[in-house]
Amino acid sequence: MIELRDLAFSYPDSDFGLSITGLEIAAGTTTAFIGPSGSGKTTLLNLIAGILEPDTGSVRTNGTLVTELSDRARRAFRVTEIGLVFQEFELLEYLTVLDNILLPYRINPVLKLQPEIVERAKTLAARVGITDKLRRRPRQLSQGERQRVAVCRAVITDPPLLLTDEPTGNLDPLNRETVLDILFDYVRDAGTTLVSVTHDHGILERFEAVVDFRSFHEIGPDSGSELDPAR
Amino acid sequence: MSGPLYLAWRYLAFHRWKTAVLVTALSLILFIPVGLRVLVRQSSEQLTARAEATPLLVGAPGSPTELVLNSLYFGSDVPTTLSFAEADAVAATGLATPIPLYVRFRVRDQPIVGTTPEYFSLRGLRVAAGRLPATLGEAVLGAAAARTLDVGVGEHVISSPESVFDIAGVYPLRMKVTGILTPSDTPDDQAVFVDVKTAWVIAGLGHGHQDLSRPEAAAGVLSREDNVVIGNAAVVQYNEITSENIDSFHFHGDPGAFPVTAVIAVPDDAKASALLQGRYQESTSVQIVRPDEVMSDLLGTVFTVERYVLAGALIVGLATLATALLVFLLSLRQRQGERETLSRIGGSPGSIRFLMASEIILVLLVAIGIAGLLTLLASRYGSSAARAIAGL
Repeated sequence: MIELRDLAFSYPDSDFGLSITGLEIAAGTTTAFIGPSGSGKTTLLNLIAGILEPDTGSVRTNGTLVTELSDRARRAFRVTEIGLVFQEFELLEYLTVLDNILLPYRINPVLKLQPEIVERAKTLAARVGITDKLRRRPRQLSQGERQRVAVCRAVITDPPLLLTDEPTGNLDPLNRETVLDILFDYVRDAGTTLVSVTHDHGILERFEAVVDFRSFHEIGPDSGSELDPAR
Repeated sequence: MSGPLYLAWRYLAFHRWKTAVLVTALSLILFIPVGLRVLVRQSSEQLTARAEATPLLVGAPGSPTELVLNSLYFGSDVPTTLSFAEADAVAATGLATPIPLYVRFRVRDQPIVGTTPEYFSLRGLRVAAGRLPATLGEAVLGAAAARTLDVGVGEHVISSPESVFDIAGVYPLRMKVTGILTPSDTPDDQAVFVDVKTAWVIAGLGHGHQDLSRPEAAAGVLSREDNVVIGNAAVVQYNEITSENIDSFHFHGDPGAFPVTAVIAVPDDAKASALLQGRYQESTSVQIVRPDEVMSDLLGTVFTVERYVLAGALIVGLATLATALLVFLLSLRQRQGERETLSRIGGSPGSIRFLMASEIILVLLVAIGIAGLLTLLASRYGSSAARAIAGL
């Protein structure tokens, strides 16, 4: 469960401001954030991830009041509780595919890289069809393959919450469907909560809920009565 | 290997050419001043030690430096010769023991040092195999010379002609190797030692040929009148001194007038040394020098040059360091996106800083390691190489 209450955020030296009186996303559901560029979708994703700190208000994720955590604790929370997938993949060119998948374990002291984690990485790679590319570098892969690597990296820690920012934005239609199949199969099997920013209206029907940032109201079967977005 | 350290290693390995250039540049700027200093200090110590172990040197008037370099380090520039009688003159003073040196010829690149057995005592040279030369035509080789010429005891070496175009010049002499010296890490290791008389034979001052009184030498007789036999060009000249023909070897002229390149004078004590120097002070036909003073003057020049080189190396080093720093800073700036990614997936600022710092530290460590290895090699082989390059 993700709960946002009386959230306000603004960037220094910018007119942009985001204000949300209340938003709840149920655990194990899939939710899409849609809206025009600059409407605050990615900002909200970063607030939920704890990458940004709100000016006021609170973010509670899976029972943890993220906004009350120290920097270190928030980072540790993000490492274990949240997986992130970005539009630009953001893979490290100097690492192999396998090392990219294992990157969270390489850079976070709170995570210990054990042999079973390496096995899990290989299993995930097999699941998304890149087993034969584990020793290659990202630039040797297609766009779709790179995003599959990014998905594996996001879920290697088995997080209960997966945040994706335009995960299909750089993909052709065929790869888009493949990556979405992988994402949705994974969240269904693992019971993971998925929140995704997207501009692609063609994929909205895959989500259980959609939050439209233009009018900032929720569309979908689970429109909760508690949802009271305001801007 | 810790996570950030592993990532740093992978980054450097991926950008291996950039890393190699950085490591090479840093290794060189670390090695050049340190290695040069080690090399100069070590070489100067060796040069000084040999000069200090040579009390006085008597030679023909001319460059004291050339005299010392030829006599102590067997340099290829042959100084003006003086007569062997000067060695007798030194002995006649009763102040010092003379050791003649005639360093003019070579066996390929190895100097032939014509001297007397006292030389081996002065330098503390010991025979590792065989024995010292006992008769005309025998040679004992320094350890490195034996290795270079690839000869052992019982084998032969042949002196090289001074000029292949001088057909009337000195003919090669085939000499039997009677011994190999133990290594001394001095120029003696490179030398082929012979008796000074053997060196005179190489110079053509002594020779051996057929006995013209014997019937088989008839073809070599130009004329025979009473007891006077005159040979022609068909007379067989020996180019090797053996037990069979050694009796036919003889010298023409007064041995006292034969040349030597220097005479080492070993005074009995400090007073004898001072008196001997005083005797030669006014001489215009010979000079007497203290090799340690000559080398000190020479090394003073070397140290001045070293200081200029070090100053230059320092400036180049600072410029290289500034360039390396710029490369690192530009690299960090270029990798802003990577740092943000690492931060977003939970990398702490400390871990990310450690990753970036590890790359610099790894490059520096490898550079320091290579510079250390080069310095070690320079300290072990540098002075020999420097002497070889300088022809000493």
